[in-house]
Amino acid sequence: MSRIILTVKDLEIVLDPSGVEVDHEISFELVEGEVLGLVGESASGKTTAATSLLNFQRRGAKIAGGSIHIDDRDVLALGASQLRQLRGGVISYVPQDPGSALNPALRIGLQLREVLEDHGFGDSDAERRTRVEEMMAEVLLPSTKEFLRRYTHQLSGGQQQRVVLAMAFSCRPKVIVLDEPTTGLDVTTQAHVLNTIRDLVTAHGVAAVYVTHDLAVVAELANRIAVMYAGRLVEIGPAAELFAGASHPYTRRLLHAVPALTGRRTLEGIPGFAPRPGYRSAGCAFAPRCSYAVAQCSAEMPPEETVGQMHRVRCWRHEEVRAQAPVLAQKDDSSLESSGEAGLVTVRGVSAWYGSKEILHDIDITLRARECLALVGESGSGKTTLARCIAGLHHFRIEGDIDFQGKALPRLAGGRPRAIRHAIQYVFQNPYSALNPRKTVAQILSQPLQIFFDYTRDQREDRLAEVLALVSLDETLLSRYPDQLSGGERQRVAIARALAADPTVLICDEVTSWLDVSVQASIVQLLVRLQNEIGLCMLFVTHNLALIRSIAYDVAVMSEGRIVEYGPTDDVLADPQVEYTRRLLADTPTIEAALFKT
Amino acid sequence: MSAGDLVPAGGLPGSDLNLGPDEGLNEPLEPQLGHEYDIAPVRGKHRRREWVQLLLDALHYRRTQVGLAIFLFIVAVAVVGPYIAPHSPTEFVVAPYAKPSAIAKLGGDNLGRDVLSRALCGGRSVLILSIIATAIGMILGVSLGVVAGSARAAIDEGIMRLLDVLLAFPSIVFVLLMVSVLGPRLWLIVLTVGITAAPRIARVVHGCTQEVKERDFVVAAESLGVSRLKIAFTEILPNISSPLMVEGGLRLTSSVAIIASLSFLGFGLQPPAADWGLMVNENRVGLIVQPYSVFVPVALIAILTIGVNLATDGIAHAMIGIGRDTGSA
Repeated sequence: MSRIILTVKDLEIVLDPSGVEVDHEISFELVEGEVLGLVGESASGKTTAATSLLNFQRRGAKIAGGSIHIDDRDVLALGASQLRQLRGGVISYVPQDPGSALNPALRIGLQLREVLEDHGFGDSDAERRTRVEEMMAEVLLPSTKEFLRRYTHQLSGGQQQRVVLAMAFSCRPKVIVLDEPTTGLDVTTQAHVLNTIRDLVTAHGVAAVYVTHDLAVVAELANRIAVMYAGRLVEIGPAAELFAGASHPYTRRLLHAVPALTGRRTLEGIPGFAPRPGYRSAGCAFAPRCSYAVAQCSAEMPPEETVGQMHRVRCWRHEEVRAQAPVLAQKDDSSLESSGEAGLVTVRGVSAWYGSKEILHDIDITLRARECLALVGESGSGKTTLARCIAGLHHFRIEGDIDFQGKALPRLAGGRPRAIRHAIQYVFQNPYSALNPRKTVAQILSQPLQIFFDYTRDQREDRLAEVLALVSLDETLLSRYPDQLSGGERQRVAIARALAADPTVLICDEVTSWLDVSVQASIVQLLVRLQNEIGLCMLFVTHNLALIRSIAYDVAVMSEGRIVEYGPTDDVLADPQVEYTRRLLADTPTIEAALFKT
Repeated sequence: MSAGDLVPAGGLPGSDLNLGPDEGLNEPLEPQLGHEYDIAPVRGKHRRREWVQLLLDALHYRRTQVGLAIFLFIVAVAVVGPYIAPHSPTEFVVAPYAKPSAIAKLGGDNLGRDVLSRALCGGRSVLILSIIATAIGMILGVSLGVVAGSARAAIDEGIMRLLDVLLAFPSIVFVLLMVSVLGPRLWLIVLTVGITAAPRIARVVHGCTQEVKERDFVVAAESLGVSRLKIAFTEILPNISSPLMVEGGLRLTSSVAIIASLSFLGFGLQPPAADWGLMVNENRVGLIVQPYSVFVPVALIAILTIGVNLATDGIAHAMIGIGRDTGSA
């Protein structure tokens, strides 16, 4: 067994004036070269716990108890100047958004050298320069003068994140905290960054804490996984053991929410949401959402029990839960069938421009009635542009034919007759900007009704209730404003707004990419159900290949503005014909792939 | 990586003046940039209109409290003043530039009228004129700004460049020009002061509009076929009310200054009316003999400006959340 580097014991974090508990009884140890995946939904307190390893708290929170030791150093006892030396030197932090972590006004070379200077690394400028070159090589970026003279905005998202990684590793830290460092990146870039992280961690024997909401991302990277819920570690254990013998109902639900690339495992979301600090019950906080819950669960906090080697769990019924068949072994062999209908929307030879730049080249796709086509590709591949062209939201030049029911579609939504405008509806990627924050849900949903239908007041109210029921939302939400809803609820309202127009074609543009995996799964479930019930024709745009299996019969893979592969989903996933699709498949993180590898 | 990198993702306070005002107000513990996840919302909290909430937040700041108190004091003086004034503002009660006495507590002015009474009666005109002028400026500026911000590029450019021309004139020079051509009429003063305020308001509104316009809910309304003008006033305008309040306060301050200056220059209210700006002009010759006759109106104008400025400042602070209390869950 290698040397223990990081010891966290009974860490407790509270909100400052009110004393409301955020995190409680967090204990774990990390050895050299080990990666701990800290997993949980939003508001589970995982980021708060992770940043406190650097003795840092966001405004309004403070560490109320427990201890954190790096080697023999008590992190919580350090003064301000010692802490400055510790952070970035002994323990470093990689934030979620590299774009905001780098200073946009300074060249990256200078920023890299600054870290070394601040921590007194190296004796001379020449030595520090060499170190910067070394680090750039390790993160697989060029260390030429020209590259180091660039500003942040001149780098791609993946390059920015690698510069941040270079910074974090430059002073040879012992511990590194990674806070969802790949969440904003597409699968290919994510795969590169994950590889870089893995190489750096093994090469330097660093202990790493990787915070994420997606089990698939850490499946390959992490040796151990800690699942957090409502501020507590509910389960912690070696990765393989945890995947095979998940003993906490929450861990099982999280596993169910991860889409599988091989085989069609039924995707299941977790209903409800994680309670935020101050709204948690006295017993097990997961009890209200748990199918195993008994009376004892909501009354008493279960103790932490050891169920395997280094495998601890906090659940009253962990034995029964563990005895269930492993989530990953479950298979659903039903396969989607083609509707066999004629094309509803046909796109032939379409090219599109942004200003003077051609970004779509000669696209041909067909959306058949009652069927879903998935559009997959990296960011920048033109998939959103294509979706917007069909929806009539692309304001630049378009050439070629886009037909709806055999007739040419006017380019812009504003120029389309009412009957067509209501038939083609668009759901946006980001539910946080898709709803007007100054309008209630009722006002938002009434808008399409007022425009497209001449309903009386009563009819309109009936229709509102009907649409809300379709997306499984309660009528009491009608008087709420968007900021009083959770992300998943907002996306449901956005989908309801599209459904209110009574569409025949629904275009979903990366509708799950801003959401937790657990919520992503329930939104996909909802879309599948809608397709079956209403017989919608759907265009499902995504960068996640694993997602499409459960929803789309056909898939079109896009790269650099062209469709490189197009065919039935099962065929494409089973036997991809082009190199690009194969790479995309290989880069998509899945738990199965990780287990197969080890 | 140094400690500076550990600033919460929401950024430092004060860096986001143009952001949607209440974004992240309630989520100090959640990531505020980049990806946001499913956050359990705070339920059942009574919800107020945004600008009402902003005013309530602003009241937590000492500067807002002081500013508002001062402003209300001046308003009270202007409104109640004429009823409690010991004399008529136009009545000759003492000798010109008489020292303070039992009859005239603050002495007499250049014609022997009571300074106290004139000061009590002279606030109404400044206050009413500047408020109306600001209102005109707001209506004009907001309409032009929102329309320009959400219109096609050509219309946008056209409106904004025209406003730039207007902006190039110093306000006071423009108003003086109009007044000297058409004569010192009150409606003209109010209108021209309003017009000079409009381009400045329009610029702020234009900037905010451009930002809100990029958000998906505006595109969503567009895709439903809502007209541009309707989008501008029903989707965009309600989302920029906070920066508007701040701008309104600033414009009120400058309107007070311009209108008082005009009266001082003799283009505002005409004698024998009581008006603070006019009083300064009438009595400046006797400044040494009877300082109260100049000092009192000057102080009142200064206090009014400071009060409005402080209150506006407080609202601006509340808007970007300086020193915001984040502890309550």
